Amino acid sequence: MSDASETVQPDGTLQVVMLRIGSETFALDAGMVREIIDPIPATRVAGARAHLDRIVNVRGNVVPLADIRERFGMKPAATTPDTRFVVIEVVIEGDPVVVALVADKVFEVAEIRLDQQQSVPKIGASWRPEYIHSIAKCNDEFVILPDIAQILN
Amino acid sequence: MTALNPTDVFRAEAAELLACLETTLLDLGDRPDDRGLIDTAFRALHTIKGSGAMFGFEEVAGFTHDFETAFDRVRRGEVRVSVDLINVSLSAKDHIRTLIEDPEATAPVIGEAILAELERLVGDTAGPAAALPPIEALPAPAAPAGWQIGFTFDPEILRNGTNPLALLDELRDLGPCTVVPRLGALPDLEALDPETLTIGWDVVLRSAVSREAIEDVFLFVRDEMTLSLTSLDAATAQAPAAEAIPAPAPGQAPSPNPAPAAAPAAPAADAPRTAPRRMEERAATTVRVEAQRLDALMDRVGELVIAQARLSQLAGLQEDPAIKAISEEIERLSARLRDTTIGIRMVPIGSLFGRFRRLVHDLSRDLGKPVEFVTEGEETELDKTMIERLADPLVHLIRNAIDHGIEDPSRRTATSKNRTGRMALTAEHAGAQVLVSVRDDGAGLDAARIRAKAEEKGLVAPGTVLSDQQIYQFLFAPGFSTAQQISALSGRGVGMDVVKKTIESLRGSIDITTEPGNGTTVTLRLPLTLAIIEGLLIRIGEGRYVVPLSAVEECVELPENERIERGRDFLNIRGEIVPFLRLRQVFEATGAPDPYQKVIVVSVGEARVGLVVDQIIGNHQTVIKSLSKLHADVTTFSGATILGDGTAALIIDVGQLVTGGRADPVREFQEVA
Repeated sequence: MSDASETVQPDGTLQVVMLRIGSETFALDAGMVREIIDPIPATRVAGARAHLDRIVNVRGNVVPLADIRERFGMKPAATTPDTRFVVIEVVIEGDPVVVALVADKVFEVAEIRLDQQQSVPKIGASWRPEYIHSIAKCNDEFVILPDIAQILN
Repeated sequence: MTALNPTDVFRAEAAELLACLETTLLDLGDRPDDRGLIDTAFRALHTIKGSGAMFGFEEVAGFTHDFETAFDRVRRGEVRVSVDLINVSLSAKDHIRTLIEDPEATAPVIGEAILAELERLVGDTAGPAAALPPIEALPAPAAPAGWQIGFTFDPEILRNGTNPLALLDELRDLGPCTVVPRLGALPDLEALDPETLTIGWDVVLRSAVSREAIEDVFLFVRDEMTLSLTSLDAATAQAPAAEAIPAPAPGQAPSPNPAPAAAPAAPAADAPRTAPRRMEERAATTVRVEAQRLDALMDRVGELVIAQARLSQLAGLQEDPAIKAISEEIERLSARLRDTTIGIRMVPIGSLFGRFRRLVHDLSRDLGKPVEFVTEGEETELDKTMIERLADPLVHLIRNAIDHGIEDPSRRTATSKNRTGRMALTAEHAGAQVLVSVRDDGAGLDAARIRAKAEEKGLVAPGTVLSDQQIYQFLFAPGFSTAQQISALSGRGVGMDVVKKTIESLRGSIDITTEPGNGTTVTLRLPLTLAIIEGLLIRIGEGRYVVPLSAVEECVELPENERIERGRDFLNIRGEIVPFLRLRQVFEATGAPDPYQKVIVVSVGEARVGLVVDQIIGNHQTVIKSLSKLHADVTTFSGATILGDGTAALIIDVGQLVTGGRADPVREFQEVA
């Protein structure tokens, strides 16, 4: 699970990379982010699941390109000058797996206080609850800490 | 730099020695009087004991010592090699391996039982009972009161960094020593080369240590020296004072009074010394490298090949001839580097074949069927990962062949066959493939019985027309493997589905040929390497794909009347009906179709199937990158590769693609089950 790799600082804060996908702001544990690259040509994989239907070449390795919009019920969108591929490493069924994640915009690295994390309210969200690790407040805005392993698999 | 863990070095070395020991013991079973084999086995034991003690594997050293002691009687011709002795020796060898690899998994009592059995077979050799701690059960002559040690070194030894004075110090640690140098060969001062050692030594060691303890001092330099060891009886050792020893004649080790008890042991010391030398000669020309580093090297070379392809593409667009020249140079170099790297990963399959001799030996004993085991083509080279993964399937195939293929001796004699069955394991190159065959001269497969069983299990409807090859394929259906109630005649199938799966994951295929009454041959067809394949680069819509060239039979243009879909997709190729798949549809391609589409005819098992593509781009050296775990559900593609422009292209798994679109009795059964 992604919890294992959380880069929790001694003072109880978590370093996160803030990014926007569709209409939502997500916070990814900075420890799982390997690099952020400009969009590169991707190859479509026939027969793969919709959120993982492309592969890209990241430094000589073929990695899946994940577009998690579909998992959150958002419409697919075209690449803009702000689009970035966030290359992350997630642990899936015990093995580390490298995935490139499509983000519409990458903002900054921020710190989230863990004691401000809240679990997902039962009502008020149409998302599958297992996709969300928790919701935290950062600069007076609610951000989603996704459970990437669940979302991808 | 990673420092090698000496324990790991010992383990690796011991594993090789044990494998060598096993082969030798099995050979010895066939040729019990071959002195050379006995010596080889003895040397292997001796080296294991020596390095085991050096690396702190006391139990290994102790047990091996007793084993060696018993075997010494064989070596001296006092005991003849028997089948029982070979069997016990093999279990002793297994015990040593367990002691090294997993000492927790065994108990001293097992070793004691083996030693007791060994002793029973070689007679009352080693004095004390085996129940004593092994290290105490030293050879018959009790440790003498002292030793007369004479030694000279290879003159070059100083250049290797050996310090004879340190060795003398080590000897002194064993007990009080009197050291006398041999100065006879010392040249005049002008001719003296300080890096050449011309001095030898004679040492009288007055301490009751074992011969091994002294030999251990010289363990690392034994090949570059002459050593003479003579035990002194108590009187001689004590009597002369240090000063009383006369300067001995140069070159000749003085032997004041060798104890009679030591006499038979003296020649024994010479033989083991030649063994490590031979091994070290081999070691000088080979380097042991961690498999991981080889994998990393292969990855780097793969990346280099990709980068080089991009360079040649760019250079092709440039006018500058100098750029073109250097690009071609790099292309040549990287191609050669790639071939060399693949070559490094190749290991002869003989190392794998060797393991099965034991399996055949044991099976033949347990089942009471005498079997002659023949191997051919041991020098055939295969990728090392492939060899590791071939072990299990071959175990299954060999077990089946002996268990079910080869008949009982009585039945064989009744059908005027040789009483001893014959089992052959062969390997050979065939183009870019390696063929590994398991052949027995047993009863052969009975297609009718297999078919009956398949019908009974509902794998195939009665009356379906099937070729014999198709019928044999039922043997690989998972349901068949547990069907033990089938008679021995057709009861092959223990784990045969596993065999098929493993071979397919190695991008190989399995052929079965059989002749009733004369035996069965199972042939595994395997690619040479897993890392790089020759591929055909094709375009379908906007996507580019690679088809493994080994599957491609021919390419033809799609006839005009087939360009529009007509509900039946068959081609007439030289009078043969070839069904085809329109890959544009299968892969949901975008972009306009090419007006002149091509058909790639691929072979899948015995069938030929056409794949309709938009364009054939050409040959492509394909560095295979496996797909992510997240794409495990995508079976149409066996992997991906990176093209010259840096984009990824998928490699089509022809077998999966075709069987996914075609009714196949075995597959249907699997889905039902």
